[in-house]
Amino acid sequence: MNRIDQLFQKKKERVLSIYFTAGFPKLEDTLPIMESIEAAGADIIEIGVPYSDPIADGPTIQDSNMIALNNGMSLKKLFEQLQDMRKTVSIPVVLMGYLNPIIQYGMENFCKKCQELGIDGLILPDLPMQQYLDEYKELFNQYGLRNTFLISPQTSEKRIREIDEHSNGFIYMVSAHSITGARTGISEEQIAYFQRVQSMGLKNPRLIGFGISDAGTFYKASLYGNGAIIGSAFIKKIKESKDLKADILAYIRSVIS
Amino acid sequence: MNDMIRVDEKGFYGKFGGAYIPEMLHPNIEELRDNYEQIMASEAFQKEFRSLLKDYVGRPTPLYLASRLSEKYGAKIYLKREDLCHTGAHKVNNTVGQIIMAKMLGKKRIIAETGAGQHGVATATVCALMGMDCTVYMGALDIQRQRPNVERMKILGAKVVPATSGSQTLKDATNEAMRQWINNPVDTHYIIGSVVGPHPYPEMVARFQSVISEEMKWQLLEKEGRENPDLVIACVGGGSNAAGAFYHYYNSPEVRLIAAEAAGLGVSSGKSAATTALGTPGILHGSKTLLMQTEDGQVVEPHSISAGLDYPGIGPVHAHLFDIGRGEFVAVEDEDAMKAGIELSRLEGIIPAIETAHALHALNMIEYQKDAVIVINLSGRGDKDLDTYIKWGGY
Ligand SMILES: Cc1ncc(COP(=O)(O)O)c(C=O)c1O
Repeated sequence: MNRIDQLFQKKKERVLSIYFTAGFPKLEDTLPIMESIEAAGADIIEIGVPYSDPIADGPTIQDSNMIALNNGMSLKKLFEQLQDMRKTVSIPVVLMGYLNPIIQYGMENFCKKCQELGIDGLILPDLPMQQYLDEYKELFNQYGLRNTFLISPQTSEKRIREIDEHSNGFIYMVSAHSITGARTGISEEQIAYFQRVQSMGLKNPRLIGFGISDAGTFYKASLYGNGAIIGSAFIKKIKESKDLKADILAYIRSVIS
Repeated sequence: MNDMIRVDEKGFYGKFGGAYIPEMLHPNIEELRDNYEQIMASEAFQKEFRSLLKDYVGRPTPLYLASRLSEKYGAKIYLKREDLCHTGAHKVNNTVGQIIMAKMLGKKRIIAETGAGQHGVATATVCALMGMDCTVYMGALDIQRQRPNVERMKILGAKVVPATSGSQTLKDATNEAMRQWINNPVDTHYIIGSVVGPHPYPEMVARFQSVISEEMKWQLLEKEGRENPDLVIACVGGGSNAAGAFYHYYNSPEVRLIAAEAAGLGVSSGKSAATTALGTPGILHGSKTLLMQTEDGQVVEPHSISAGLDYPGIGPVHAHLFDIGRGEFVAVEDEDAMKAGIELSRLEGIIPAIETAHALHALNMIEYQKDAVIVINLSGRGDKDLDTYIKWGGY
């Protein structure tokens, strides 16, 4: 059974997913970071595949993408690093990346490789639902990959229902009108949006992301969804870290405490 | 009409196009897609658009028979004088159309990207005209090399924000504009400056620019007794002036369509922007198109002496024209473009934009029959490029 499905079967609250960029801060940090995220008690690992033109990302993740690329990270390199990840990592692993590098790798080869390595799902922010249905849905299913779509405060109820119908794994609720990047706090307006979606009775679990950064925002987001995703705040923590393992442990524990 | 080149209902020209955008932009793109055709067809839109093109932009632009240039090249060369448009380039045809569109969609704020600054100036201009708030994203490098246009935008009341990521040129300015649209989705319209971006932008911008070939047809009929030239030549950055100049000739296979790309220091120099020569299919700024990229799918930083052609992709319609062989693409090096710019200045008393100078040099790269009727789309004037001409110095 897919690890994402398994996770949400037994855990429906306060699910924590941590995003980081592959090959950042150093090229060979990818696997050690994953191991530390699991050891610290997070539930899902989201690995960002770096891209030269990340149009949905704010300065923090743009910067980590650039550094990773300068370090020599590529999809090929990432797959090499993940070759034996299932020996040391047991929680669900999701790849998040823009379409272009994946298309150049070849979508079918990419899916095949993901299955072989034990990757459970994909988040491809610039893959529109229609293209997914027309071109990739069968392929993802064939290789056992869950596909997560994003929704935002602007997404209409009708569209949310369509996305729910065609998603599996979980739905990524973008918390505000915005690109990625940690802000402070969660506003009334955002809570109204969380509640609106919460009351829709969707079939997929919902994780709330963009702007989640600490115990307070994680707690609050978890009241309205099945959990939350932390990206930029985590990237900031590890960028300056002298001791990745200790710092990741301390940070994630502080969030879920 | 235009069957071969028409965009299909999913937003594709053949294999290229589409709308590969983050879900956060879906409502904006959907709103535009569902409304643009109807708005453009409405009497209210047409009336305002036509009247502004005439009285504000100064259309129709002349179709000028360049006798000394013709004599030199042994052809009958007409220049379509887009350089005489208000603000100095064809870009304003599109911004006038889009600002009316934005108003009719009830938008309050405008954002735009710019490379050479021509599109930024054309956007700032129409925003001043309509009293709309305007922010223009521009690569930090381009801000340095197109100083006068930066100041023009500011005089017109626009805010100019530097894009400091990546190569700090047009591609990065476009990334930044898209990010800011994600951040301000409700009241803001994004005026894209070329036939690039997610569907319906490429088609919408092409239609606004199609006034160029619409006029060429009747102007040629007056001057030559026929609507069709033998060749149309235009430069291609994203490809909006070319799309406008080609638009009404797509389905006339006897009209050769020549697109001049920027080869920079040479196609194989590693410092080039010749997308059809160097590109492979990929996704950039929301559409599938030809794109200069590494094997790993990272976008390659382009180079051209002209900021307006310094872009690693081309509009999907041009990728399609290339793919089906309807367009002939040539790659013009920096040095040759500069010389062609000087040549036109000396032969006809017209200093062209350096982008446009690429189209002029194409005359040396293609075969044509003696006395062929050729229209070169003179997309812009060279005022903004004086610094570059001076630095180059070969005159
Ligand atoms: C005078 C002129 N010509 C051409 C271009 C290139 O744009 P496009 O290929 O969209 O016509 C520009 C862009 O700034 C320009 O200023």
